[in-house]
Amino acid sequence: MADMTLDGNAIAGLLREIFAMEMTNALGTCGSCGAVNEVGRVQVYVHAPGTVVRCPSCEHVLMRVVRGRGKYWVDLSGVRCLEFAEP
Amino acid sequence: MPAMGFISRGFRGRRRDVASSARVPPGQYVVTDFPVLSAGPTPRVNLDQWSFSIEGEIDEPKRWTWKEFQALPSETVTKDIHCVTKWSKLDTTWKGVSVDTLMGGVETAAEFSTVFSDGGYTTNLTLDDITGNKAWVAYEFDGQPLDPEHGGPVRFLVPHLYFWKSAKWVRGIRLQKEEHPGFWETNGYHIRGDPWQEQRYWGD
Amino acid sequence: MIKWQLGTLAELKPETPRVSSLYLDVPEWPGHLAGQHVDVRLTAEDGYQAERSYSIASAPEDRRLALTVERLDDGEVSPYLVGELRVGDKLEFRGPIGGFFVWQGQDERPLLLVAGGSGIVPLMSMLRHRASASRKPPARLLYSSRKFEDIIYAQKLARLAAAGDGLSVHHTLTREKPSGWTGYTRRIDAAMVKDVAWPKDTTPAVFVCGPTSFVEAAAQLLVAMDYDPRWIKTERFGATGG
Repeated sequence: MADMTLDGNAIAGLLREIFAMEMTNALGTCGSCGAVNEVGRVQVYVHAPGTVVRCPSCEHVLMRVVRGRGKYWVDLSGVRCLEFAEP
Repeated sequence: MPAMGFISRGFRGRRRDVASSARVPPGQYVVTDFPVLSAGPTPRVNLDQWSFSIEGEIDEPKRWTWKEFQALPSETVTKDIHCVTKWSKLDTTWKGVSVDTLMGGVETAAEFSTVFSDGGYTTNLTLDDITGNKAWVAYEFDGQPLDPEHGGPVRFLVPHLYFWKSAKWVRGIRLQKEEHPGFWETNGYHIRGDPWQEQRYWGD
Repeated sequence: MIKWQLGTLAELKPETPRVSSLYLDVPEWPGHLAGQHVDVRLTAEDGYQAERSYSIASAPEDRRLALTVERLDDGEVSPYLVGELRVGDKLEFRGPIGGFFVWQGQDERPLLLVAGGSGIVPLMSMLRHRASASRKPPARLLYSSRKFEDIIYAQKLARLAAAGDGLSVHHTLTREKPSGWTGYTRRIDAAMVKDVAWPKDTTPAVFVCGPTSFVEAAAQLLVAMDYDPRWIKTERFGATGG
């Protein structure tokens, strides 16, 4: 069952669509436990009605993305802060 | 249909039975396997500590341990299920306790509910959508104990709505006077999710 | 925004009974870094689409873009790529994608690469890139495969290791013990990792790639050896692909 989990590399393309730049090196601070990790290290669930991103330390939901009817619905409220360099 | 651009010569994709049928809601295709969808790690459940409860807008909250739950009158039902990701699976057989049985004798002013699970998942359902022989709390699929990856030991089953409403690893129903959109309903998915009206997303 | 573009299949090369490399000509390919991937998209005549990610196997210096694909029996995309696609056909994809799981030649730290099955693909891009670099850090590859005939790039890896430029390749087979085999014959474990991994005081750069369960086992073994988790970059392929 561990094999259902991927990591942030698996959503590199999706995040490029949303942020218009490469995001897997961005540092995210978990809003629940405070752990700081590169997006490439987060836990990603892609086999769901949407994409769910969880903190690798505490499994708190960091981000949710749903796509449909020509729209994205993005919830980043689980990330206290996202740090990334100018392109 | 997407704007017609490049077509991959010779690609057909998985065999998708999109035959229009009175049993298949709009935009769905029929599968014969049982895809596993998950928003998080599969919870590890200790049946000695497991309970199912009905709480919230209720005079006396109800609670059953695993043994008590297994002793309740159960039903075996065969239903079609429809996932918002477009697959439908026909004639799935489940054994569980009807929500009508669980709600038997309950008096409440609530019109809404939140069904909640181990791991934090929630989904909202009106009382109308979970009573009147429409919903079950199921612990067997296809004659076997429900697999953890499919929601075992116990999942919610409300097959007339999109399957995200059939919460896996369910632990209870919270009765409410107001509607509280759940995990997917707060993030783009439709508040009700009727596959026959193709209520997939906000605004549908 | 990365746009979808078309490449033309110029050459199809079998690597193992179930794995082939696709060499693509891509006009206006912007170049890539070792470890990046592309998203491939297939579209059927009725508009149905399927998308999967594939690691780039070629080095940034190589003329053609190469993908190495394992054909999964119950896959949707991989049986098309390895089975239907012919030389001259076009393939739609976007990329390069990725920035975290990337190794660049300027990194002078000793390199440790750990691969399970098709996880070797992005690491091969790194080894090919290293072979063209002017200053090559010492490198070790630990590569786990099921059987001898499942080893992807077996001869290419042997040639790279024979170049005498500081690369050693260590294989382990998990499902058989061929006669005459001098490599390991078991799943990776603490003893094997201790044999192959650089001493921790060398502060190596580590890349681990393969199925999720393999990656997590390997990463845990390295952390148990007191490797700093921040030295270790992982890419999980999941249990199933396309």
